[in-house]
Amino acid sequence: MGIFSPGFRGRRRAGGEQLPPGQYLTEDFPVLSAGPTPRVPLEQWEFVVTTETGQAVRWSWPDLLALPSETPTVDIHCVTKWSKLGTAWRGVSLDVLMAGVETAADFALVHSYGGYTTNLPLEDLLDGQAWIAYEYDGAELAPVHGGPARLLVPHLYFWKSAKWVRGIEMLLEDEPGFWESAGYHDYGDPWREQRYQGD
Amino acid sequence: MLDVPGWPGHLAGQHVDVRLTAADGYSTQRSYSLAAPTNGDRLELTVQKLADGEVSPYLADVLSAGDPVEIRGPVGGWFVWRSTDTEPVLLVGGGSGIVPLMAIVRTRRAAGIRTPVRLIYSVRSPADVYYGDELRRPSRADDGVDVTFVYTRATPAQWPEPPRRIAIADLEAGGWPPDFEPSCFVCGPTGFVEVVADMLVALGHDPRRIKTERFGPTGG
Repeated sequence: MGIFSPGFRGRRRAGGEQLPPGQYLTEDFPVLSAGPTPRVPLEQWEFVVTTETGQAVRWSWPDLLALPSETPTVDIHCVTKWSKLGTAWRGVSLDVLMAGVETAADFALVHSYGGYTTNLPLEDLLDGQAWIAYEYDGAELAPVHGGPARLLVPHLYFWKSAKWVRGIEMLLEDEPGFWESAGYHDYGDPWREQRYQGD
Repeated sequence: MLDVPGWPGHLAGQHVDVRLTAADGYSTQRSYSLAAPTNGDRLELTVQKLADGEVSPYLADVLSAGDPVEIRGPVGGWFVWRSTDTEPVLLVGGGSGIVPLMAIVRTRRAAGIRTPVRLIYSVRSPADVYYGDELRRPSRADDGVDVTFVYTRATPAQWPEPPRRIAIADLEAGGWPPDFEPSCFVCGPTGFVEVVADMLVALGHDPRRIKTERFGPTGG
């Protein structure tokens, strides 16, 4: 700190909501992905939770929609600096999906259609912190934003909210996912500005 | 041009985070792609000035030689090209998306290598072309880089067709056949990247060989 930009005035926001450090508020919904958008037909879609012992529990698309859902409204923070407040989703809580799953694992690796992965501690997926979301802003989740369904775990940088989610694997040891292997932080807490490895 | 003492070097395709801080402590950050290969402590950014931008007008008009700027980087481990990569390269850029792609072209040139590159550059008009001299009058060192322009709003004089958006035929004619297994880099506004990436997949390119970077105005 201590470096000032001579002549820079900036544009301050009128509202008083606190944003995590280094973030700015956006009204639109930017799309950032590493590659093309996968297209997943609903008849083939499934979500699988796999434990560290290899046990698997699966849900088809109709199975997912039949589960009790919630409509969380949350703030989301992207590592590329934009934050969007008050985003409205519909999804199934991971507490519901994990209810019948026996595991001693501490870590999770999330898998997406198209090959994307991201990792996080299992406890960050539980206790009302995460959902498998299939609606955004009252409508079906669009493919560019991760539809048919994405993971939603808003307390971490949004790259952890894996688009086109297809499963979660329980692991006894932490294993870095796609962006984590490409220089991004293993945990990703926006309030501690954990963007890159070493932060 | 920025001088960054101790810069560790970077790969083509990477970017830096630029932070500006006003006198009262208010600060904001934006990301900009590096436009040129590693050159000691000197970094080159190409900044598109947006009329209603918060940061780009400052960088384009106010920042002067000798002023300090806070930089973090290099950032990005996915959308990168290494001069040791041997596959043919397809670069498709829309508007300011050309910047990291130009870093790839310039890195190839600086390394003196001959990897075949095809660049398809979509812009609104001839006046919006960045790096026009380099792309239209390439030097010998750029032999093997084929450039195709697509003009979406206004074409140069005597252009054989009216302005139009990029189409699958452009990627076929100006790109590589999928069985050449090229590395594809697509960069530009989200809508452009979505359309182009979908077209490349439809043409038979393996999605895992298509790297995308979507950017543009942040609206702030």
